[in-house]
Amino acid sequence: MGYSGFKVIKEGLFGQKGWKPVWRDPAPKAEYDVVIIGGGGHGLSTAYYLAKEHGITNVAVLEKGYIGGGNVGRNTTIVRANYMLPGNSEFYSHSLKLWEGMEQDLNYNTMMSQRGVMMLCHSDGQRDYFARRGNSMVNQGDDAELLTPEQVRAEAPMIDFDNVRFPIYGGLMHRRGGTARHDAVAWGYARGADTRGVDLIQNCEVTGIDIEGGVVRGVQTTRGAIRAKKVAIVVAGRSSQVAAMAGMRLPIESHVLQAFVSEGLKPIMPGVISFGMGHFYISQSDKGGLVFGGDLDFYASYAARGNLPMKEHVMDAAMTLMPSIGKAKVLRSWGGIMDMSPDGSPIIDKTDTEGLFLNCGWCYGGFKAVPGSGFSYAHLIATGQHHAPAARYRLDRFRTGAGLMDEEGTGSQHNLH
Amino acid sequence: MRLPCPICGERDRREFYYQGDAVALDRPARDAGGAAWDDYLHNRDNPAGETRDLWHHAAGCGAWIVVTRDTVTHAVSGAKLVGAKR
Amino acid sequence: MRVIKPTGTPLTFTFDGVQYRGVEGDTLASALLANGVKLVGRSFKYHRPRGIVTAGSEEPNALVTIGTGPSQEPNVRATTVQLFNGLEARSQNAWPSLKRDAMAVNDLAAPFLSAGFYYKTFMWPKAFWEKLYEPIIRRAAGLGALSGEANSDTYEKAFAHCDVLVIGAGPAGLMAALTAGRAGADVIVADEDAVMGGRLLAETFDVDGQAGADWAADAVAELAAMPNVRLMPRTTVTGAYDQGTFGALEEVSRHVPRSDAPRECFWRITAKRSILCAGALERPIAFPNNDRPGIMMASAVRAYLNRWGVAPGKAVTIFANNDDAHRTAVDLMDAGVKVAGVIDSRADVAALGDYPLYTSGAVIGTKGRHALDSITITHAGGTRELRTDCLAMSGGWNPTVHLTCHMNGRPQWDDAIQSFVPVEGAIPGMVVAGAANGQMSTAACLQSGAQAACAVATELGLSPVADVPSAEDDPYRIEPLWQVDGKGRKWIDFQNDVHVKDIKLSAQENFRSVEHMKRYTTQGMATDQGKSSNVVALAVLADATGRGIPETGTTTFRPPYVPVSIAAMGAGSQGHGFAPKRLTTSHHASVARGAPMIEAGLWYRPSYFPHPGEATWLESCNREVGYVRNAVGVCDVSTLGKIDIQGPDAAAFLDFVYCNTFSTLKENRVRYGLMLREDGHVMDDGTTARLGADHYVMTTTTAAAGQVMTHLDWVSQALRPDLDVRFASVTEQWAQFAVAGPQARELLNSVLDDAVDGDAWPFMSCGPVSIGGVKGRLFRISFSGEHAYELAVPSRYGASLFRLLTAQAEALGGGAYGMEALNVLRIEKGFITHAEIHGRVTAFDIGFDRMVSQKKDCVGNAASRRPGLLEAERPQLVGLKAVDPKDKITAGAHLFVEGADPVSANDQGYVSSVCWSPTLGSHIGLGFVADGPNRMGEHIVAVDHVRGVRTLVEVCHPVQFDPEGERTRG
Repeated sequence: MGYSGFKVIKEGLFGQKGWKPVWRDPAPKAEYDVVIIGGGGHGLSTAYYLAKEHGITNVAVLEKGYIGGGNVGRNTTIVRANYMLPGNSEFYSHSLKLWEGMEQDLNYNTMMSQRGVMMLCHSDGQRDYFARRGNSMVNQGDDAELLTPEQVRAEAPMIDFDNVRFPIYGGLMHRRGGTARHDAVAWGYARGADTRGVDLIQNCEVTGIDIEGGVVRGVQTTRGAIRAKKVAIVVAGRSSQVAAMAGMRLPIESHVLQAFVSEGLKPIMPGVISFGMGHFYISQSDKGGLVFGGDLDFYASYAARGNLPMKEHVMDAAMTLMPSIGKAKVLRSWGGIMDMSPDGSPIIDKTDTEGLFLNCGWCYGGFKAVPGSGFSYAHLIATGQHHAPAARYRLDRFRTGAGLMDEEGTGSQHNLH
Repeated sequence: MRLPCPICGERDRREFYYQGDAVALDRPARDAGGAAWDDYLHNRDNPAGETRDLWHHAAGCGAWIVVTRDTVTHAVSGAKLVGAKR
Repeated sequence: MRVIKPTGTPLTFTFDGVQYRGVEGDTLASALLANGVKLVGRSFKYHRPRGIVTAGSEEPNALVTIGTGPSQEPNVRATTVQLFNGLEARSQNAWPSLKRDAMAVNDLAAPFLSAGFYYKTFMWPKAFWEKLYEPIIRRAAGLGALSGEANSDTYEKAFAHCDVLVIGAGPAGLMAALTAGRAGADVIVADEDAVMGGRLLAETFDVDGQAGADWAADAVAELAAMPNVRLMPRTTVTGAYDQGTFGALEEVSRHVPRSDAPRECFWRITAKRSILCAGALERPIAFPNNDRPGIMMASAVRAYLNRWGVAPGKAVTIFANNDDAHRTAVDLMDAGVKVAGVIDSRADVAALGDYPLYTSGAVIGTKGRHALDSITITHAGGTRELRTDCLAMSGGWNPTVHLTCHMNGRPQWDDAIQSFVPVEGAIPGMVVAGAANGQMSTAACLQSGAQAACAVATELGLSPVADVPSAEDDPYRIEPLWQVDGKGRKWIDFQNDVHVKDIKLSAQENFRSVEHMKRYTTQGMATDQGKSSNVVALAVLADATGRGIPETGTTTFRPPYVPVSIAAMGAGSQGHGFAPKRLTTSHHASVARGAPMIEAGLWYRPSYFPHPGEATWLESCNREVGYVRNAVGVCDVSTLGKIDIQGPDAAAFLDFVYCNTFSTLKENRVRYGLMLREDGHVMDDGTTARLGADHYVMTTTTAAAGQVMTHLDWVSQALRPDLDVRFASVTEQWAQFAVAGPQARELLNSVLDDAVDGDAWPFMSCGPVSIGGVKGRLFRISFSGEHAYELAVPSRYGASLFRLLTAQAEALGGGAYGMEALNVLRIEKGFITHAEIHGRVTAFDIGFDRMVSQKKDCVGNAASRRPGLLEAERPQLVGLKAVDPKDKITAGAHLFVEGADPVSANDQGYVSSVCWSPTLGSHIGLGFVADGPNRMGEHIVAVDHVRGVRTLVEVCHPVQFDPEGERTRG
């Protein structure tokens, strides 16, 4: 069923009775061409692009809870392509282009709002580093501007420039970056996949992966066994457990990342702003809530909730950077489980088991990757070949040392990225 | 969150630096080969449940400790110095 | 309307500019109701007129802005603001006025603005989202406004510890606190209200033969007298965290005009045990047009009446599905307020007094534009309209389970009370008592509070005694009633304007999971987080999807329980409070010389020392470089990390942490060391001096001093416990100064007690010296490529030594130099800093691969041998020189072969450091180029898109000045 303003008015006149279910709730079939484990943003977009780009529609997405219930529904909704290193640079560039056409492609308003992402720098060295990063972005065909402090002030007058521990030396502005409505992204892809015949199966937990002679045969689930020619793992937050069903031990450590939203306020924040001397970034939702976050709690966790020290650090950083938001009140805080990889960059690859594919390690960058990850993963699953923008997301790079993408420069300690 | 430092007693999490899985204690020999080093540096059991991980009492006595902890409930069941017999 | 004469001091306040009177002890809400103000706000989406619904922190409607200027605080619940003289409150989200709000037009369009309508439209044309639709939506959205000015109030943070934290001071909490306190436990009692007592203040029950409020006052007095009990009124416990940690927000002086005390204090409370006595919250009933000002919770009507002497109406009606609400009628009548009728949904129920009772009844419609005028009801006898200006509703009570959910606990459905109750053990160490645990009578609350305290006190090794007073013990009888059919919208989430039809639509569109429903309709996402509405919404969803409520499940309550200001949780960090400042011993002298001090991590270091007549920093920098190249310069290098390392195995230890060898270093000699991370990349570099057979002193970079110390602890304790070595950071114990330049020795010999000469003090030597009788250390090392030393003295002599050295240097035609000159000097010599060793480079990348000794193991050795880290095509360190010396090179530029498009596919590397070299008369730099060592002499282009600079540069050896090192050794 197509969505449009006309349709909204028509249904308004007739009591909203005509709206159909956005997706079906089919019972799992005995066999599929492709079984995707994980009904989060990446799994849903993978299913969508398998159907749309490759015509593969005999596909099931198995979700142990509800569609979009993982990190796609509990992030700070930021979309950007401001990476520095080869691999990430081309991947996120491609993903951003998909974001820009998403609403028309999906016929679903995901509220992609390109109001800019501005990262602040607080020393000459940091500014030079941002210049290097900005130049990588422009080399890749994306947009970047190195702003002077005066330009930063013009963009974001709520920042304190006069009484600060770490003065602002400038900022790296990425105007095509911004935010989107996170749940809508999951629902839009779910609807698009469902419409093309993909079975979205909720409340279906995978309990085993069937492998015979090095070839994948299907999965065991809480709703019975399902045979499949290909099985694609895409379960951020549970990657280690699901991969273990196929005998794999992944370079992943799970960590909690907290985020916060304030009560609704009249518009004050122009776009996304991130502080360079502490862990703090912020934007404002269309509803008026300040949406902000910081860094990991730094200890391995599957609890999807955090503790006070990082909460307080985030508020500390907020108060030094923009004390005009001091009287905004935190309404809700939550946590997501991050697949932290040893270089802070993800993995989209085949595995040693024929027909079994792996997509994991998005750290806390998974939301902006939703379209690109699904597109590239679908390409790999459908063709057996790496999609060019994601070709460097290989699992073996840690063993060989070739093509590491350590944007933070913090090395192989998982929680430092 | 609070952790039991074997030297100082129970202390706030703020006093500790976190490194990661206690597998880091089992350093391979220099010539153990690429796979062994890959396992040591990168690959993790990453259990959803009981784990042993490494913390440094950086703002306290300076001890590195192995904490036995549940990654789902955050319950802490014990801690000992890394030098203690494993 | 005030029906009981108040005893408190009269106060005046304003709401929307109109002055009103209240009394001490009022909340803003009680004072507004006393003045007959019913319309206090507008709803979020449809801008419908809304009034006060509750008497507590669960209030969804009565949000106001208080204060002006930087003290302006939006989204404050009128029900929790303690009234003070001069309080200025304003309504929000209405323009031009609360009564005549232009955005109320939204309500006319409501048929088209159903749940999630925005996902289905606003997509065309593509560019219109950011330019048209979104700006309109954003302007319309939001509740109150921030002032835009920096916070000017004081906030505070504090820690507290106790044996037992009692959360909530109603009958259960007070009883728990008394029992634990009398047993000798260290108790903290926290309650969100200014006055402790909870529902005892709002009801007319007796406890122990006296009025409940009086019993509560006596209990509070007894607790206040106990030295082991700390009472924290106006303190809301906002979150439950691991190992007995709680967050709590205390309103310290928000209610005190012009106070010097902090406005709020955010507490971190650590408790061995906790007792949750947070009570219960009454929930509304979803009947048609149930949102008019004047319709409120029955418990709130009793609270305003019994506690504040205020009747919210002249002719009150009551609509309920339980016995409890009948008390409202009795209390009102006792106070002389007319009760126009009690509509009870149950068939078999008797009146408690002389009021009209309508059994099997329901309210099916309401009227009144800005305040309630009348209601239409059905009942066993038919349909009729009742004139009423206040409708008290009660759909039953929801235990306040929120804190028990903060660690992922899921409450369970209890059929008897038709609500969710906490599961045991949801928070380790916490016991739940009273109404929060589903105990609904006063007697049961008192009893369970005492029991809980006995249980935890016993666990703590105390001997508690339960001494429980008598109180009412009426059964709590309720029949489920969630929604009433009828024409008109049946509101559930008052603030977010979610009504029954929205939830049904979400089910119709297959958003059947409770989480989907919440996210699709925004139910429970307003500032009250669905405190009173969530259970109703669940029941409606359960009905719409043909499931029971338990199967439908719940959403998750997450911290904080009430909204917490960022300023409170971030107290102390505004402005310079965010991070400590580290100052060198020469700081004040540098400032006195006019040096701009720049941040280097937590340290401040002088950028340059301006002289009169110098117009730019570059002129000063060039002069200072000249000091070092031509005479002598002095620079404070104390910020570098210094680690004293001693023990019989100190040498073996250093061999293990550095990739090169230190056991072969002779005493009184210094060696440059490169330290790797275990993953084979460079962690840090620095020089380490051997002061004795078993005694070294290591230097680290300023940035990595802490990381290296942690690393050494790790290696020593975890990887090499076999080595007998001890070390300590001595960074702050020693002030250290570089003395560099051709006349460095001459300067030194003018200050040292015993002169140094070239034979005894060759390059890379070190040893003890004496300056005016003070014992110091001298290292002949150089970060400038000149004949240079670093002289260290105990920190207390640092300031005077800096003065002495700079004075002597100036006498020799030199002087102090800052970070800018230091940077130029090191780039001319190809010395690296963290601009080069930025965490992604290996020893191979910086041309130091041969330093990684293969004769021994060290941290990072094995991983550094990975094939991918030794590929020739990796970007490797080179020097860069502008082909036209006047052409500026910029750091962060990327490098391209001449003629190649500056795009990613052609990227050859990047520039890491740049300077104008006054020595070489050229712009020069350091950078990384693919296969760099084999490209010496090649011309390449440095492209800096973001600065708009392109420079043709020559690839050269990193050491561009004095490549033979003659000046260093000379």
